Amino acid sequence: MNPSNESTLDIRDLRVNYLTTRGIVKAVNGVSFQVKPGEVVGLAGESGSGKSTIAHALLRILHPPAVISGGQALFGGQDIMKMDDAELEAFRWQKISIVFQSAMNALNPVMKIRDQLADVMLHHGIDKAEAARRSVELFNLVGIEPARLDSYPHQLSGGMRQRAVIAIALALNPPMLIMDEPTTALDVVVQKDILEQIDLLRKQLGFSILFITHDLSLLVEISTHICIMYAGEIVEKAPARRLFERPQHPYTLGLMNSFPSICGDKQRLTGIPGSPPDLVTPPSGCKFHPRCPRAMNICSRVAPVTTQLTPDHSVACHLIGNGGQQ
Amino acid sequence: MTTKDHETTPLLEVRGLSKEFPVGHFLNPKKVHAVEDASFAVKRGQVVALVGESGSGKTTTLRMIARLIPVTRGEIFFKGTNVVKSEPRQASLDYRRQVQYIFQDPFASLNAVHTIEHHLARPLIIHKKAFGRQEVHEHVCDLLETVELKPADVIASRYPHQLSGGQRQRVAIARALAVDPELILADEPISMLDVSIRMGVLNLIHRLKEERGISFIYITHDLASARYIGDDIIVMYASHMVEGGSSDAIMSQSTHPYTKLLLSAVPDPRASLRTDKNGKARGEVPSLIDPPPGCPFAARCPYVKPVCRKVMPAPVTVAENHWVRCHLLAGK
Repeated sequence: MNPSNESTLDIRDLRVNYLTTRGIVKAVNGVSFQVKPGEVVGLAGESGSGKSTIAHALLRILHPPAVISGGQALFGGQDIMKMDDAELEAFRWQKISIVFQSAMNALNPVMKIRDQLADVMLHHGIDKAEAARRSVELFNLVGIEPARLDSYPHQLSGGMRQRAVIAIALALNPPMLIMDEPTTALDVVVQKDILEQIDLLRKQLGFSILFITHDLSLLVEISTHICIMYAGEIVEKAPARRLFERPQHPYTLGLMNSFPSICGDKQRLTGIPGSPPDLVTPPSGCKFHPRCPRAMNICSRVAPVTTQLTPDHSVACHLIGNGGQQ
Repeated sequence: MTTKDHETTPLLEVRGLSKEFPVGHFLNPKKVHAVEDASFAVKRGQVVALVGESGSGKTTTLRMIARLIPVTRGEIFFKGTNVVKSEPRQASLDYRRQVQYIFQDPFASLNAVHTIEHHLARPLIIHKKAFGRQEVHEHVCDLLETVELKPADVIASRYPHQLSGGQRQRVAIARALAVDPELILADEPISMLDVSIRMGVLNLIHRLKEERGISFIYITHDLASARYIGDDIIVMYASHMVEGGSSDAIMSQSTHPYTKLLLSAVPDPRASLRTDKNGKARGEVPSLIDPPPGCPFAARCPYVKPVCRKVMPAPVTVAENHWVRCHLLAGK
C-alpha cells in the first residue's frame, strides 16, 4: 500500500470556466478539498453544480470551451494542472482512474471486453501474457465469470457492463478512483450489489474514492466525508454522519428535505423552491440566496466566507459564524 | 347508474391485462411477454403507485390503459364500461379526455417551436372547453396558476427552452389538467428532474388529488417516493404484478421475497432500523422472451420450492387491502 502523503489528493482553489457565446460560465469556482488514502469522499450536488467538471479537470480530460483557469490539484505533491503530456500519460490510470456514469458509452461496442481490458495494460507497458492473466484476476475481483471476457458489451447486462468498467479502472491498481455517478443508470437492486462490491474492493485493495452523485442518501451510506456543491462552489463539507445528523447550510437542509424515507412517520417534505441558477448570470452575493428560506439582507450583497465549525466541518453561510445558527 | 354504484365502482379496473410483442425471425417467431395478467383497481381520488425495475412492464401497462398501444388480452373497465371492446369514436374521444398522460421526459414532451400558451390552448379548443381568444387566454392563465407557475402571463408567452425542467413538467401537468381529467397517468414524472425540485412536483400531485379528487397512477422505480405519494403500491417484477396493497402494508408487512429485496436495496440512512436485510437474492432479471412457466422470481428467490418453477401462484389475500402472488403463502 502507498504511504499516506504520496496518494493524498489535495485540491486548492480549483477554477474551471466554460467560455460560451453567452458569456463566461464559472462552472467550478474556487473549490478546495482533500481525499486522503482510504477515504471515500462524496461530492453531491444537482446537475450543473460542477461535480462532473471537477472529475474531468482532475484527469485533465476537459475539452474546450472548458478552461482550467486557476488553482492546484496536488497528488502526491505533484500538481496535476501543470503536468505536460508525457507526465499525464504516466499519471492517468496509474495514479487516478475514472468510472464513468454510462458504461454503455464508456465501452467500445465493437471490441471484446478482453481486448478493452488488455488495451489499458498494454499501453502502460505490461506484456501480453501478464495482461491476459491479470484480466482473469480482475474479472474475478469484480464478480464476473472470466468466461464472459470474450463477450461484446451488448451481450452483458447493465450491471455486468458497469462491473467491467470498474475492472478496467482497476487494471493498473491505482491508489485512487473517481466514480462519476457509477450507478445512476442502474436499478436499485443492481446498484446495491455494485456498491457492496466497490466497498469490498476498497477494503481489499486500499484505494480511495471520489464519489460523485446527486443522491445524498446514497452518499451518507457509503462515504466517509461529503462535500455539498451548489453553483460551482462547495457550500458545506463534513464527515458523512455528522452532515446527515447536523446539517448547517440551508441548501444542505433543503436537500435532506428532498428525499422521502421508506420508514418512520410520513412527513410532508418541501424540497427547495425555485430552480438552480443560470451560471452565465449567477445571483450576486451568496448564489443560493434567491432560493434560501432564511436569506437576509447581506446575503444578496456579500458572498459568505467559509467558516470552520470543527476541524473537519466547514460551512459557507452568513448564518454561521455570525451569531446565527450553530 | 345509481349513486351507490358511483361510490362503489372503482374509477378504473384492470383485469388480466397482458401485452405481447412479436420478435424474432418470421420462421422462428418469438414473443416478448411485456405484461402478464395484470389486475388492479384505482378508486376515485386515489394515487396508485406502480413500482418496479426497468423492464418490469410498468410503462407498457400504463400505455395500454392510455390506449396508446393495443391490448393483447384482458379488460379495462372505466367507470364500469369495458373500453377495450370496439367502441364508437365519440366514446373513445371521451375516454381519452378523461384519462390523461404525463410523460417521463419534460424535455421531449413539449414542442420546441410553440409557446406554452399554444400547448395549453390546444386541448382547450379541441375539447371545446373555452371559446374565443380572451376566454382561452384566461383559462390558460388559470391552469398555469393551478400548477404554481407565476406570473402566468409571462410564462404563457415563453417557449419550452426558456423554462427549467421542473417548470416544464408543471406545464405538462397543466396540459393534462386542461381537459378536466378524472385519471392522470404519470410515467416517472420526477425522474428527470433535479432532486431539489422533485418534492415540489410530488406535492403538486398530492394537492390535485386532495383538492380536485383526481386519481393518479404513478409509475416509479423509487419505493420511497411511491410511499410518499401513493395510497396503494403495486410491485411489478418481470412483467408480473407480484404484490399489492396499501402503502403502509407494503412498507411494513411486505411478504413477497422480491418486495423485501427491493426494500433492502433502497439507500436510506434513516432506515438503520430495518430488520430484514435479506440481500441474499442474487442474479439478474430473467429474459422476457418466451419465459419458462412458473414464478418469474424463482431463479433468484432464496426460498424457492419445486412448485415455483411450474406454476405462477394465484393472488392470495393476506390482510385487508393486501395481496401477494407467492407460493410461500399459498399453503397458509
